[in-house]
Amino acid sequence: MTEALRVTDLSKTFPQAGGLFSPARPGVRAVRPVSFAVEEGETLGIVGESGCGKSTFARMLVGLLPPSSGEIEIEGRRLDNADPAKFGKMIQYVFQDPISSLNPRKTVRQIMEAPLRRLHGMARAERAARIAEIFDSVNLRQEFLDRYPHEFSGGQAQRIGIARALAAAPRILVLDEPVSALDVSVQAQVLNLLAGLKADFNLTYLFISHDLAVVEAVSDRVLVLYFGSVVEIGRAESIFRHPRHPYTRLLADSAPVVGRPLTAPEQKDTELPDPLDPPPGCAFAGRCPRATDLCRQEEPPLRPMGEDQLAACHHPLED
Amino acid sequence: MSKFLALLFRNRLAALGGVVIAVIFVLALITPLLPLQSPDDTDTAHRFLLPFSGGHLLGTDQLGRDLLSRLLWGTRLSLAVGIAAALAAGFVGSAVGIVAGYFGGRTDNVIMRGVDMLMAFPYILLALAIVAALGPGLMNALIAVAAVNVPFFARNIRGITVGLAGREFVDAARLSGKGHIRILLTELLPNVLPVIVVAMSTTVGWMILETAGLSFLGLGAQPPQADLGGMLGEARSAMISSPHTSVVPGVMIFLIVMSINLLGDGVRDALDPRLRSGALSRPKPATDVRRAGPVPEATGALLEVQALETQFHVGRRIYRAVNGVSLAVRPGECLGVIGESGSGKSVTALSVMGLVASPPGVITGGAVRYKGDDLVGAPYGKLRSLRGDRVAYIFQDPLSTLHPLYRIGDQLAEAITAHHGVGGREARQRALKLLRDVRIPNPESRIDNYPHEMSGGMRQRVGIAMALANDPDVIIADEPTTALDVTVQAQILSLLDDLRRDRGLAIVFITHDFGVVGQLCDRVAVMYAGQIVEEGPTQAILDAPAHPYTARLIACVPELGGGRRALAAIPGLPPSVDDLPPGCAFAPRCARAQEGCTAAPIDMREGAVAGTPGRAVRCINPEEAIA
Repeated sequence: MTEALRVTDLSKTFPQAGGLFSPARPGVRAVRPVSFAVEEGETLGIVGESGCGKSTFARMLVGLLPPSSGEIEIEGRRLDNADPAKFGKMIQYVFQDPISSLNPRKTVRQIMEAPLRRLHGMARAERAARIAEIFDSVNLRQEFLDRYPHEFSGGQAQRIGIARALAAAPRILVLDEPVSALDVSVQAQVLNLLAGLKADFNLTYLFISHDLAVVEAVSDRVLVLYFGSVVEIGRAESIFRHPRHPYTRLLADSAPVVGRPLTAPEQKDTELPDPLDPPPGCAFAGRCPRATDLCRQEEPPLRPMGEDQLAACHHPLED
Repeated sequence: MSKFLALLFRNRLAALGGVVIAVIFVLALITPLLPLQSPDDTDTAHRFLLPFSGGHLLGTDQLGRDLLSRLLWGTRLSLAVGIAAALAAGFVGSAVGIVAGYFGGRTDNVIMRGVDMLMAFPYILLALAIVAALGPGLMNALIAVAAVNVPFFARNIRGITVGLAGREFVDAARLSGKGHIRILLTELLPNVLPVIVVAMSTTVGWMILETAGLSFLGLGAQPPQADLGGMLGEARSAMISSPHTSVVPGVMIFLIVMSINLLGDGVRDALDPRLRSGALSRPKPATDVRRAGPVPEATGALLEVQALETQFHVGRRIYRAVNGVSLAVRPGECLGVIGESGSGKSVTALSVMGLVASPPGVITGGAVRYKGDDLVGAPYGKLRSLRGDRVAYIFQDPLSTLHPLYRIGDQLAEAITAHHGVGGREARQRALKLLRDVRIPNPESRIDNYPHEMSGGMRQRVGIAMALANDPDVIIADEPTTALDVTVQAQILSLLDDLRRDRGLAIVFITHDFGVVGQLCDRVAVMYAGQIVEEGPTQAILDAPAHPYTARLIACVPELGGGRRALAAIPGLPPSVDDLPPGCAFAPRCARAQEGCTAAPIDMREGAVAGTPGRAVRCINPEEAIA
């Protein structure tokens, strides 16, 4: 297996402007240094709640946001300047809101042609053939090409978004909550389509979602983000069967499951820490039933646990 | 385009303006072809001739020049200058605004502060200064008028561009390999163009007026050239003795500016999608009722919805959002209403208290009964006294339901004082108790927070506290946890469950999530295309769904612990509710469809399914037999 993507110490700090007469305050650390690698043909699920930095992270991966530190390598080649046009041929992005990611004043054909023309410099006839081919593979009818985005349902629009990303012929797709705006019956259609495309085009997926059940259904490996840091990463089965980090366990226990009695897994009324004033030590300590003084003082490093799992916890869960 | 014109001409004043300005335009265009005397030929022997005197339809001016000829030539010039100034100001201002809005940051700051400086000068003073610097002349007046109008366009267009530049389609264009200039020209410009057109159509009139003003002061058109302002200026000295020389150009300026402004306002209204969908007509305080057919009898539940039909009448289309829905809840019971987007579940919920916006919403049939009293068509005062007091709502997005400018404590207190004559201090005490009831930590300090100072979960707790404020009998919760994270959702659901058990609340819980229904609700009703297709005890339906739609929908929901797998999907899309088939709306997507499914409406069949009584299914070929 070859490595499709390697990320080393990627981080993002948003600077905070000081007042006119006061010095600049320390920035907000949206993503703390993150390192991992994804193999070709693999699906890495990225799970986290709102505010955990998963969208910031995704935007850095596709070059829409320059990272504060760290580097991104795709198939062994380093991408150092954040230029979406350079990234575009290697890695593409599928947006959460299918309608707002399509320009309301352009026909689907114009939207589809942009990457073919700008990234691959194709001639008109070549473009038409390629668009037909891609539309076929995402199960969209050719007659949609001359319509405008508002004429489509959410599921169709999301398939157009996927088709646009595929048009760039990337090696990697970053899917940022691709189904969370869709109804369940349509969600399954899109997820199954994605699975088929991955096999057909030999793609590598980074699948970002807040929905654990969806991530479990599509992922080979899973990365759990909390407050801008990786708290756990490992093979999907192991993570869902034996979570090591208490936060992963909390996430799994919170998902509504038919037949499970309704008890809030945490009775304390807890909230995320304040990003402007991050606590020392482990960010999860305030919500964690296993927290000790050590957790509140020292940030736990990511270390191997079990066969193929890594977790950042001083007091990991045992089996 | 024809739709746009139809909308434009529905506005009578805009149509009038359009006709007047069209006539003036045509006259200005054909002026060189008309058999007119030269506008500059002086004839001092016949000064100040009155209108209709020999050979001069509108009389002559102080040098004996033909007023009609001068008027038409002057109009031609004034229109040309005004439009040119509007185009110049629109072009420069829009370019500045779009660049500032797209790049943002320092570029935006530098450009917009420059624009602010332009705006800091009094309008006419700036124009005078520019003309003074460049020297008098029509061209320089044009430049001055255009320059003073640049800030208007720049600020307007910048504001809109800032909103668009953050949209995802701009990111998508960057990922498609487009550079900044291409994004500006091909992605952003088409979206701001309607605004530029509207801004121009509403400012052309002003610019003509301003050019006329400069000419009036002798800084624009130079004699003998005729323009409307210049004619007015020259006629000023003879205003008392020969008023017609001032009245003629004055009336023309009035007609041009008035008609352009009326037309411009009409264009703006016709192009604005919000105004087009009826934002100008404020929704009425209660939904319109046009009920045909018999009103069902009361049955004695706490809250019941009986054969309710709610429709949206938009133009000639009728959207049958709710199509004969019947529901009932008893005290202490939680009824789940589950369905996909567009199934009519939210409209059902809003119809209960007459909260569907009218126009375009209309309740066309059925009844809603609270303790036996029919609320459909009830007087507004009665609805108002029940809303929030006996029947309360919790909505999906607490950020948009809480007022951003009031402290949450004051909003809670207002909800109490609206229904009970209690003093301010007691209302605050009750608000504090409510915050404690919904388990907000440190309620004493939180009560004075503004909504934006709280997290999503805390805001939804405030939303629940507000629903509980008057100790209602029924709470209608419309997707209250959809916008929340799972860990927060679990807290909110268990809070709602405790509250209903402690207080004997009846809850109607609207959601799209089977997991949530399975954990919270006693009974569930499944909606599809405006109808209930299946109803019964939650556990029984989850174990043995009888309607094919329910069965396939449950199969679509991924459950944790299933490992990597392909998920079941339902092929096709739900039907549009303005074009419903005569029979079962699900039949085209259904694997069990047979003859007779699509022929005629299908009734609910009640009975026992798989040994559980109290179930009802709208299907002639169900998954499980109905006994």
